[in-house]
Amino acid sequence: MDKFYHSVHLEPDLCKGCINCLKRCPTEAIRVRNGKASIIKEYCIDCGECVRICPHHAKKAATDKIEDLNKHKYKIALPPPSLYAQFNNLDDKSLVLDALLSMGFDDVFEVAAAAEIVSEITRKLLAGKDNSLPLPRALPIISSACPAITRLIRVRFPNLIDLISPLTSPMEIAAEMAIERALKQTSFSRDEIGVFFITPCPAKYAAINSPLRKEKSKVSGALSMSELYPMLLHHMKQISSNKIVLPITNQTAMTDIPTTSGRIGISWGGRGGEAGGLITDNILAADGIENVIRVLEDLEDDKLKNLHFIELNSCNGGCVGGVLTVENPYIANVKLNALRKYLPVSGMRLNEGKIPECAFSKGRIVYLPVYNLGDTVSQSIKVMKEADSVMKELPGLDCGCCGAPTCQTHAEDVARGTASKNDCIHIMREYMSQLRVDN
Amino acid sequence: MNILELKYTIPGDDFTRAGEASSAIKRKLKQMGFPPDLIRNVSIATYEGEINSVIHANGGSVSVSIDDEAVTIVIEDTGKGIPDIEKAMQEGFSTAPDSVRSLGFGAGMGLPNMKKYTDEIHVESQVGKGTKVTMKCRMT
Repeated sequence: MDKFYHSVHLEPDLCKGCINCLKRCPTEAIRVRNGKASIIKEYCIDCGECVRICPHHAKKAATDKIEDLNKHKYKIALPPPSLYAQFNNLDDKSLVLDALLSMGFDDVFEVAAAAEIVSEITRKLLAGKDNSLPLPRALPIISSACPAITRLIRVRFPNLIDLISPLTSPMEIAAEMAIERALKQTSFSRDEIGVFFITPCPAKYAAINSPLRKEKSKVSGALSMSELYPMLLHHMKQISSNKIVLPITNQTAMTDIPTTSGRIGISWGGRGGEAGGLITDNILAADGIENVIRVLEDLEDDKLKNLHFIELNSCNGGCVGGVLTVENPYIANVKLNALRKYLPVSGMRLNEGKIPECAFSKGRIVYLPVYNLGDTVSQSIKVMKEADSVMKELPGLDCGCCGAPTCQTHAEDVARGTASKNDCIHIMREYMSQLRVDN
Repeated sequence: MNILELKYTIPGDDFTRAGEASSAIKRKLKQMGFPPDLIRNVSIATYEGEINSVIHANGGSVSVSIDDEAVTIVIEDTGKGIPDIEKAMQEGFSTAPDSVRSLGFGAGMGLPNMKKYTDEIHVESQVGKGTKVTMKCRMT
């Protein structure tokens, strides 16, 4: 079985063993054992909900450090559209791009620009008129952009795996195009070029380290948006007060591949932006992991008819709601709207309609049945029967005191042998009072 | 052989709760390593049955029996019964009231879908007494 790399992890020294993360986790991946939370790696989708909720800041999202940039001679930044929504009164996104260059990056490639390429190809896929494109196996196409969602589908919705878009994410396409540009315009070799995504969430970082399909990511690493934020803000202020004059960069020398994004690309940062970039009304855009799960359940049961495209964002408000962002997602969406206003609909188009090879993923997505109770159906039935009989003894309060998120999961843990029935404080209390009566 | 028996009640007159049984069954089947196709078929067929019970019989019950060869679903109610089962099995035939149709249900696809998604279906009904639908999805 694939071993998922995880960005989300626990700092045991900070963990108080409370049940906040336990109850919040949408995939029931957390147990509190011996007074500390522990993550069941196979279930975790790196959505970051536990990082968001933990009052003791014991849950962390691992990303690369600024120092890691120095491992590369030529450094490229990949800023996502959600980054532009973090700043007040920003009316020109080039200030952010310039600040990245001023910070020490040698080139910047907007992920929003690559997103417009994804939008354009998806429109072609849906139109079904281009014979060179693979036909979608079935409709609706589910966006492949949010890695927390694609992981969720891989472990929990096997029937929907084939609906995931065959296109790679804008981040990967941006990396590929940025590298291509660097190789063409500089004398640096591929090994000397480092490509860094400015990530709003742990899921993206996890996706870089273990991609959805088996191909290796072209992105070298990712820096946390919130960690980079103060530094970026400082450089933006310096630039706008003319304290820093930028040297002429590749950005301006670039002529053959235009890289500025327009409205469509910028909109990808919020909910509905990706779906809105398609010329069809038969779209659904959901945000927030619990809402997404409900949509996937209904889709699996064939309850959603006539849809062509489904955009699903694990975070409330879309990528601007990522746990590594700074701004409130709803305010961020307002800022994105303001920024969009004076932009062309689309800044980036396919070069003569040619689809870059890197746009399509080649590998198949494999179902990972991590929730199976046993190795065979027969064994699983046995464990489930055992769990059902344990469940009858449990109080059904879902209090979480035993260290499992619900009574049902506790019963399953007991049946699997990873927990004891007496971990339930209510059963324990009964047992103690029984002892007192007996003596 | 290990057999897992599950039982759920379908509350009457509440469309928002119809689907609770099929969701719960789906969750369990996924934990038991059944093939994804079979799980979807069981889930859809059960959901249709739940909706039927809500529309026509003011609720009922779902009993499921699971072993490593098949999933058997029995949906029972004590409603008004089906006078002509053959007719009821036809696509588009519906006796659902307008109030139900306006909610998007009652399109006459309930029993036909239950037949389509299962390997075996058996409908027993007595007018005025109730209906019992037995369905089977086999591991292939």
